[in-house]
Amino acid sequence: MSTAAVTTRAGARSAHLSSRGSGALALGAVTVWLSVIVVLPLAAVVVRSTDGGLDAFWTSVSSRQAVSALRFTLAVSLAVTAINAFAGTLIAWVLVRDEFPGKRAVNALIDLPFALPTIVAGLTLLALYGPTSPAGIDIAYTQAAVGLALLFVTLPFVVRSVQPVLMELDREMEEAATSLGASPATVFGRIVLPNLVPAIVSGCALAFARAVGEFGSLVLISGNIPFHTQVASVYIFKQLESDNPTGAAAVSVVLLLFSLVVLIGLRALEHRRSRHDGA
Amino acid sequence: MIYLDAVDKRFGDHRALQSVSLEVPEGSLTALLGPSGSGKSTLLRVIAGLEAPDGGRVIIDGEDATPVPAQRRGIGFVFQHYAAFKHMTVRENVAFGLRIRRRRKAQIDAKVDELLDIVALSGYHKRYPSQLSGGQRQRMALARALAIEPRVLLLDEPFGALDAKVRADLRAWLRRLHDEVRVTTVLVTHDQEEAMEVADRIAVINEGRLEQVGAPRDLYERPANGFVMSFLGPVARLGEELVRPHDLRVTAEPRAGALEAMAERVVHLGFEVRLELALADGAPLAVQLTRDEASALEIAPGDIVWVGHTAARDPIAA
Amino acid sequence: MTARRGLRVAALGYLAVLLVVPVGLVVYRTFEPGIGSVWDSITTPAAISAFWLTLEIAAIAVAINTVMGVLTALLLVRGRFRNRIPPTLIEALLDLPFAVSPVVVGLSLVLVYGRGGWLAGLPFQVIFSLPGIVLATVFVSLPFVAREVIPVLREVGDEQEQAAATLGASRWQTFWRITLPAIRWGVAYGVVLTTARAIGEFGAVSVVSGKVAGETVTMTLLVENRFQNFDLAGAYAASALLALIALATLLLMTLLRPRKDA
Repeated sequence: MSTAAVTTRAGARSAHLSSRGSGALALGAVTVWLSVIVVLPLAAVVVRSTDGGLDAFWTSVSSRQAVSALRFTLAVSLAVTAINAFAGTLIAWVLVRDEFPGKRAVNALIDLPFALPTIVAGLTLLALYGPTSPAGIDIAYTQAAVGLALLFVTLPFVVRSVQPVLMELDREMEEAATSLGASPATVFGRIVLPNLVPAIVSGCALAFARAVGEFGSLVLISGNIPFHTQVASVYIFKQLESDNPTGAAAVSVVLLLFSLVVLIGLRALEHRRSRHDGA
Repeated sequence: MIYLDAVDKRFGDHRALQSVSLEVPEGSLTALLGPSGSGKSTLLRVIAGLEAPDGGRVIIDGEDATPVPAQRRGIGFVFQHYAAFKHMTVRENVAFGLRIRRRRKAQIDAKVDELLDIVALSGYHKRYPSQLSGGQRQRMALARALAIEPRVLLLDEPFGALDAKVRADLRAWLRRLHDEVRVTTVLVTHDQEEAMEVADRIAVINEGRLEQVGAPRDLYERPANGFVMSFLGPVARLGEELVRPHDLRVTAEPRAGALEAMAERVVHLGFEVRLELALADGAPLAVQLTRDEASALEIAPGDIVWVGHTAARDPIAA
Repeated sequence: MTARRGLRVAALGYLAVLLVVPVGLVVYRTFEPGIGSVWDSITTPAAISAFWLTLEIAAIAVAINTVMGVLTALLLVRGRFRNRIPPTLIEALLDLPFAVSPVVVGLSLVLVYGRGGWLAGLPFQVIFSLPGIVLATVFVSLPFVAREVIPVLREVGDEQEQAAATLGASRWQTFWRITLPAIRWGVAYGVVLTTARAIGEFGAVSVVSGKVAGETVTMTLLVENRFQNFDLAGAYAASALLALIALATLLLMTLLRPRKDA
């Protein structure tokens, strides 16, 4: 047998991870890992939320306190997402198009809310905006405090989503618009912004999904006052503490739906857009 | 018309334009011709107002346009890579300049239809740029620029990103368009063939300086210096002089003004014969002869011949 | 251009009010009583035990998620699937940890491994013990390595691997000598993100840990603990340590990002 034939066969076999042999082993290992870590526990939440029957599920989910917590969570998350859409785009713009001393440090700082543990984030905000504030601003235990903490933890999402798109944007499109008589505001509104919208939407979806589930940064600053500053994640925690795991699971299912709907919607939009775009 | 008065432009340490003065006649199609990095695109962008000169003035139709920003100069600009608004349809692209001037819808639609007809894109008005070929995108870009009825049309290597065949077609098409529309046009290119074919006047630029301005034929036959001569056509170096290869004459006998050379190879290329010579200093020189000329001379490798030129005027010093 | 200046001031102002000033204030407050006192605070037996526990858990979570993450990336990018469902499903599952609240993560583990749970009969304790915390941490930090390696692997292409195969390299040799070096910056960046997430986890661990002093109290739980016991200085001190780790994370992210994007 010639060496050429041997090496080509070996090459063809080992270059591709096909659905046989060790390809199947890899698939198996990954499936086990994902199933044990993610699928099994989440399935337990969904299934066991109906441990007491569908009536009990409905009762848990529609209790006054649960509804209040869910409604507040939804409202404050939407508000924070909307603010992020503006602030995040603005910050991305300044970081990409502007020059000033210390810009690199500021750019690195954007990831701080991601790197910092949420409990520390809460403590940090409490120092400046709580009872011991040196500036006298005390918004602890208010709904505004919840909003503030959520703005902190969701800061990086829109910024980091928009930045690369802004950097890749064809400057000549803006010059063409300018040569046709458009003012800088018009250029931004009609040329730049439409091309940023997909990135902004993507960042907002991620920010929203993060906001609805946030827990650690809210524990200290919000006071967790039922019917006022209590968010869904804290409500779930309290239910668990009061030995009502089924009720906790029921509300968890609703919370999961919030973020899943948004994320699936985002993927669907991206899929549609990539087919529409072409070149 | 456009008048550039001693325009200077610097990028850091690099002097992109050095005191360039140029007049672009009304209604002409002038080519800015030069190699990469010569400053021709920079000059075009200075005319457009996309770059501000560090010295000198830009005068358009008698007014000093130097302090006027790009959006108010009334110029149309076409980019090498089209700069199409990729999120808008062809129709919306072409209509853009009119929409931001708040013209009435009926007016805009009529104008867009007219322009799309001129650039032969009428059936494509609902398509997106990504669905068009390069040549079609560039025609759209031209329509877009013409929509605002600019007093000056500026084209920055408009065909540079296209295939050779498309380029040739669009070149001819641009010339016909210009003859019809008659807008003062400035075209930047590094392709001398393009400049010669399309332009009424050519301005040759090298290293930020204007080398020569004139009609294509004048530049070819009466180049001001060696750079212009070698940029605009083939050159052969005969000792200390540059001549056009087709002006070379080979004789078996010595002639006044001719140089001695030895024939190294005689290559028969069908109906032409290439004679590869070596001059006295060893420099190679290739001369094209017709079959008849070659057989009349009866040259074989190793023979000594004399090579001179028959140019009507003095050749350029190399 | 005052418009440009205005935008800059607005953006930097927002960041100052939300990020810089609060962090600056906490740094100041932490070290106000002096470095000695801070040192004492983070070297108490409870703090030291929390520190090592956090590190141990993070190490395990990072190890598992890195190996499996790289494997998943290889599977998704180099694998050949007969239909699109398995890879799409895997990619969806990779996204899930971003959609799940940490408290729900903790709850889910209790529902499986806790009293009355589906796998309550396991021979070793999961909830209120190390395995539970590890499972929670692995869950929340699961996607990062995979998500960072996938685009890098795609970008690199498999021609080099094919060349290695034709030269006689085994599957493992090709992976170790060709593939891994090609994706190393993506892996490194993913590891940094995973580590940061693992160390910083609070909500899920809050639920499953049981906060057994000296045994299942992580650093983040220690911060909360001290705060609830009115030991503000102690909470700040522990936070400072965590913040220091966060800053190191930021530094590494900034350094590695251009390399992995190259």
